[in-house]
Amino acid sequence: MMRAMATDLPIRFDGVTIASRTVTLLDRVTLQIEAGAPTVFIGPNGSGKTTLLRTAMGLLVPTRGRITCGGVEKSPPIHRAFVFQRPAMLRRTVAGNLRYALRAARIAPAGREKRIEELLALVGLDGFEKRPARRLSGGEQQRLALARALARDPVVLFLDEPTASLDPASTKAIEDVIRAIAASGVKIVMSTHDLGEARRLAGEIILLHRGRIIERAAATEFLNSPKTEEARRFVAGELLV
Amino acid sequence: MLKRALLILVALAVLATSDAKAQEKSIVVASTTSTQDSGLFGYLLPIFKQRTGIDVKVVAQGTGQALDTARRGDADVVFVHAKSAEEKFLAEGFSLKRYPVMYNDFVLIGPQSDPAGVKGKDIVTALQVVKAKTAPFVSRGDRSGTHIAELNLWKEAGIDIAADKGPWYKEIGQGMGAALNMASVSNAYVLSDRGTWLAFKNRGDLAIAVEGDKRLFNQYGVMLVNPAKYPSVKKELGQQFIDWLVSPEGQKAIAGYKINGQQLFFPNASDPNA
Amino acid sequence: MHENASALQLIRAGDPALFATVRLSLIVSLSALAISAALGIPFGASIALTHFRGRESVIVLLNALMGLPPVVVGLAVYLLLSRSGLLGTLGILFTPAAMVIAQTILVTPILAALARQTIEDLWAEYSDELTAMNVGPLSRVTTLIWDGRFSLVVALLAGFGRAAAEVGAIIIVGGNINGFTRTMTTTIALETSKGDLALALGLGAVLIAIVIVINGLAWLARRVGERIAG
Repeated sequence: MMRAMATDLPIRFDGVTIASRTVTLLDRVTLQIEAGAPTVFIGPNGSGKTTLLRTAMGLLVPTRGRITCGGVEKSPPIHRAFVFQRPAMLRRTVAGNLRYALRAARIAPAGREKRIEELLALVGLDGFEKRPARRLSGGEQQRLALARALARDPVVLFLDEPTASLDPASTKAIEDVIRAIAASGVKIVMSTHDLGEARRLAGEIILLHRGRIIERAAATEFLNSPKTEEARRFVAGELLV
Repeated sequence: MLKRALLILVALAVLATSDAKAQEKSIVVASTTSTQDSGLFGYLLPIFKQRTGIDVKVVAQGTGQALDTARRGDADVVFVHAKSAEEKFLAEGFSLKRYPVMYNDFVLIGPQSDPAGVKGKDIVTALQVVKAKTAPFVSRGDRSGTHIAELNLWKEAGIDIAADKGPWYKEIGQGMGAALNMASVSNAYVLSDRGTWLAFKNRGDLAIAVEGDKRLFNQYGVMLVNPAKYPSVKKELGQQFIDWLVSPEGQKAIAGYKINGQQLFFPNASDPNA
Repeated sequence: MHENASALQLIRAGDPALFATVRLSLIVSLSALAISAALGIPFGASIALTHFRGRESVIVLLNALMGLPPVVVGLAVYLLLSRSGLLGTLGILFTPAAMVIAQTILVTPILAALARQTIEDLWAEYSDELTAMNVGPLSRVTTLIWDGRFSLVVALLAGFGRAAAEVGAIIIVGGNINGFTRTMTTTIALETSKGDLALALGLGAVLIAIVIVINGLAWLARRVGERIAG
């Protein structure tokens, strides 16, 4: 797959805070996500992983600070795509969902049907075209959501705990696709609560806790010799409260 | 902006319901429910249509309402039976001429068993008895010709009904048919025009208690709405209708309308005192 | 309509007056439904999707308008369309167009309120995905309306039911003119007042049967649609 000039990267957070009157979800986060191997966020529930991903995508507006994608603030999500933890299936067939995503991405009508076939083959859903999307299993729906996200040929693909509710077989299927996509040049930015998955997929790992970045390092370095106290405890399997 | 939205709505509504056939040759006649319920129009209007090709659209309401409809300019001709109300209409300038057309009569209807014992009496005495015995009585209470006639009869009987009514006197504010339905169900007395009574199908236990009294005479008049007040009035077509009603042919047609062999309306267009 | 005939006899004889009455009832109610849908559904959808000051009050008002008393609407429209009224020059009082207008005013709030609820529920489900897919505001509305079409059909049936059953407004603005603005419901009212209760009941049964058939057709359309789309 040809990767044109990488728009939307790097993604820069400058002192980003997302807070309401009662709770702070992100606390003065500053980081830069570059093109390259997958960036995986880990941390306990409520640490801000989902919030950070959604903010990077442009679904949340920071209370303080700013975010730029490829140097542009508030850029429309044309080259970014998102796979939600529990993706919503449109009340259409599998092919219908993809057709909708292609239309939304303004892909020319001429190439749509072919692209649908390619995408379904990529995620292992060939033959599922006419199935009503809402009747798919959890794993199948997640794969469809992945195919849908890829319809717009994104530069950055966000995935929020994509295998959290899946059985091992489906998890493997999804991870295989993620690996393939990453290899083709798409920047993967995802979150997971499964350290094993981080080990399997990550190029770099970032630990979040209570809305703050605790540690960031290349995957093997993070997992084998974590530097901070929290990181060591988290890798050891302890609960971070 | 609201006005524009309303106009668009109107345009859509007209578009949705427009008929291919032109409705040019038609007039709106405001008349009374008693006249309609008697079936006279169903008999008379096809004859007129055949003769002249004019569609007569009858909007049937109580006399008071019919005259008000004409006062608002929503009718071309008004055809009712309350001379005093019609003369007021004339005096206000809403019409230039009143034509008497026909008469029928009112009858006092009541339960077959005649609990108040009014059978065979004259109408004034009968009403006095009804009040004395507080027998249930249904009044139309809707400013119709029948209602106005009923009020006049109470007055002739020396009774101030507005002041002296009690729970026995039920004012329903509806048409003749509804009044008869109510009387049938509650075994009450009610003043009705003969036409509606003859055509009425839900008689139950009701029958005529008093009839034939000269005071029960009910005169019909027809008037063209004054085009000076409302230029939209279809004055030629409306006048054609009136002229036909009072013509020998129209009068003969009116006399020809019968229910169960009984004539309902008696033409008297030529009577100067009508 | 013929005297002394029962509703069944009229149907068997193919009485033209009866069929003309049924035809007019359907034309008036279906026209009102179509216009109400065109006005009410997009309006309800946009309320569902936009947030503005006083939104809650608008929703409460919209729901309340579902209960507009028909006879009051009839009176208001009558005064508007009367020759002495604001729109008197149009001359459409006592015509089927006036009846369509009155019924549209009654049915639009029903469709708008129900559409708002349907679309709002669907939006709660779809908002993340549609926002992530960068779908524009107009496209969002059409997507939600299309995907919510089965629930919206139920709303349409509710609106149709209201229009088909209505008599208070159309008898005032239509004038119940024989052969011109007389519908099933106004005929039933008339025959009742003439004391022909048997005929009135018979016509009532015919009206109910027609409404059931229409609901049946809608159900059929839904089954076929579901099979195709899932």
